[in-house]
Amino acid sequence: MNPSSFFAGRELIDEEIPVLSDVNLLATRPGLSYPLLCHRCGNTTNFASHPCTRCGTSCPYCRNCIQMGKVSSCTTLYRWLGPHPAHPEGAGTLHWSGTLSDGQQAASENVRRAIHNGQEHTVWAVAGAGKTEVLFRGISEALQQGKRVCIAAPRADVVRELAPRLQSVFPDTPPVALYGGSPDRNTYSPLVISTTHQLLRFYEAFDVMIVDEVDAFPYTFDASLQFAVQKARKKESSLIYLTATPEPAWQEDIQYGKREATLIPARYHRHPLPVPETKWCGNWKKSLVPAAILDWLKDKNKALVFYPHIETMDKALPLFQKIDSRVESVHAQDPLRKEKVEAMRRGEVRILLTTTILERGVTFPGVDVAVVGSEDRIFTESALVQIAGRAGRSADCPTGKVTFFHYGKTNAMVRAVKQIQQMNRLGEERGLLD
Amino acid sequence: MRRRCLLCDGETEIQSWAAFFGVKPPLLCENCSKGLQKLTGPSCEICSRSMKETGICTDCAAWDKSIFHSNHSFYHYNDVMQDLIARFKYRGDYVLADLFAQDIRRAAREMKCDLVCPVPLSVSRLAERRFNQSEALIEPAGLQKTLLLARRESNKQSKKSRAERVTARQTFYPVGDASGKSVLVIDDIYTTGATMRLVSRALEQAGAVSVKSITIARSGS
Ligand SMILES: [Zn+2]
Ligand SMILES: [Zn+2]
Repeated sequence: MNPSSFFAGRELIDEEIPVLSDVNLLATRPGLSYPLLCHRCGNTTNFASHPCTRCGTSCPYCRNCIQMGKVSSCTTLYRWLGPHPAHPEGAGTLHWSGTLSDGQQAASENVRRAIHNGQEHTVWAVAGAGKTEVLFRGISEALQQGKRVCIAAPRADVVRELAPRLQSVFPDTPPVALYGGSPDRNTYSPLVISTTHQLLRFYEAFDVMIVDEVDAFPYTFDASLQFAVQKARKKESSLIYLTATPEPAWQEDIQYGKREATLIPARYHRHPLPVPETKWCGNWKKSLVPAAILDWLKDKNKALVFYPHIETMDKALPLFQKIDSRVESVHAQDPLRKEKVEAMRRGEVRILLTTTILERGVTFPGVDVAVVGSEDRIFTESALVQIAGRAGRSADCPTGKVTFFHYGKTNAMVRAVKQIQQMNRLGEERGLLD
Repeated sequence: MRRRCLLCDGETEIQSWAAFFGVKPPLLCENCSKGLQKLTGPSCEICSRSMKETGICTDCAAWDKSIFHSNHSFYHYNDVMQDLIARFKYRGDYVLADLFAQDIRRAAREMKCDLVCPVPLSVSRLAERRFNQSEALIEPAGLQKTLLLARRESNKQSKKSRAERVTARQTFYPVGDASGKSVLVIDDIYTTGATMRLVSRALEQAGAVSVKSITIARSGS
């Protein structure tokens, strides 16, 4: 195997690299430094140690990134200094005949310019605005200029979904998709789609770093993934953030011009976003299935019902199944998750109970959405905006009902409704709605 | 009082009055500890396998006479335990041994053996793993270990079938003296018992008169 094809732009531990003939082409540094810092993942708090047979000391190791192979005080990190593979013939040629909405057009141009100038830019695009298309021109130009591009996403399913879309528009530059256990692990491409986690194996590799769904768990919570993004991009590089609903601090930065951003307040199909309704439902932890929601469900053909915790959802499931046999529930560890989502899409499931796992990414045409216990702290402003964004996605059924059933209104609920109303107002003002 | 769960890094908590009385927060959060399943109910007197009634299972009855006396396991080798042991042994997360320190200390006290001996690793495997998982279980339990055995290089145990393992060639050999002693061996998993029988034979060569074992999990049906 040509070492540059899997090694270029990466930083790996001993166990990950085969024996190499030319050590002059390698740069090394220790895996840990003191005060304890893991150079692969940036962790400074989660360490343990043991008497080590390799170095003979009581040897500290990083527990934060241990699932990717252990980084101990006696671990060496290796980088490749040799030449990088050349871009393939025709790299970056865009094969796409779609058209951009007016909102997308402006964002596309700003992304292109930020990439060209090596700057930072945020695209704030409401759910259903079509944020991926906004990237095409900028990526195309970067690849044609010989730059290396990475799209980082918070979860493996997002990576798996993005890869074929980019493959079809950049057939001359087949992207590699990186997630835990992906078959592309050792392949080189100038276009990389990776989970933020897998970025930990890169070092100053990318001229263009695009971070998708910045608002999504776990990116916002995990400092080590922020660290990964910074480590994987070159010192001179552009950084593009995509988000459907930035956290309050970012919204403020954008409002006061501290963060350069383009807003796409309207959906591609030019219909307004469904505005959530809030409804008091009493102590739902006791009733599990409040009367208000049974009433709400009466005239719904297809509904997504969010619960804050698996436990309450599991207890509610049999109560729902009493009124309709076509009720299912899903959560993150559900082995049948994919199958149930597919059954919902085919219309075999009428009511799908879910935890926040389905808050983003999925589209069910014609679905109505309810949140039970929307005051729970797991339902942040951005989570609620994402959840509301599940309704009215398709051009054929652009409307949908969204209701937050609560036992006490929260700030997050109020802010979420306000954010959606504001987007509709901006969409109207800018002539992006019919 | 709070600390971090050793598996999911989530918070674990106890009532403040409990902390006042010297109770420490658990090492695992409620959710993670739920996945670990203690072996309870009737089991084989020799190998800890779960059975309908207490007795001796057919596998144990089929083994040749040996100085190996019995094995005691704490947990079922379910998916959660499998992940946990993989993370401990193969990923090398040494600190997870703390989870079993108390169980091991108590069980070892009850077994009343003269010596505690780890299952050795071959030199190359030890270099690869950076610690011996068996020693890692002995140390946090506060037991004194005596190195009685060493191990020759061999192929990977876990890749062999049951039949191959049962007839496995001896790779252990004595390096210490256990004349007239009873020996306690501590390891992570008990599967077919083949390893423990081979260890026992080598310990017999070292002079041991009887061998008992403690293992974290009992795998196999
Ligand atoms: Zn680390
Ligand atoms: Zn070491």
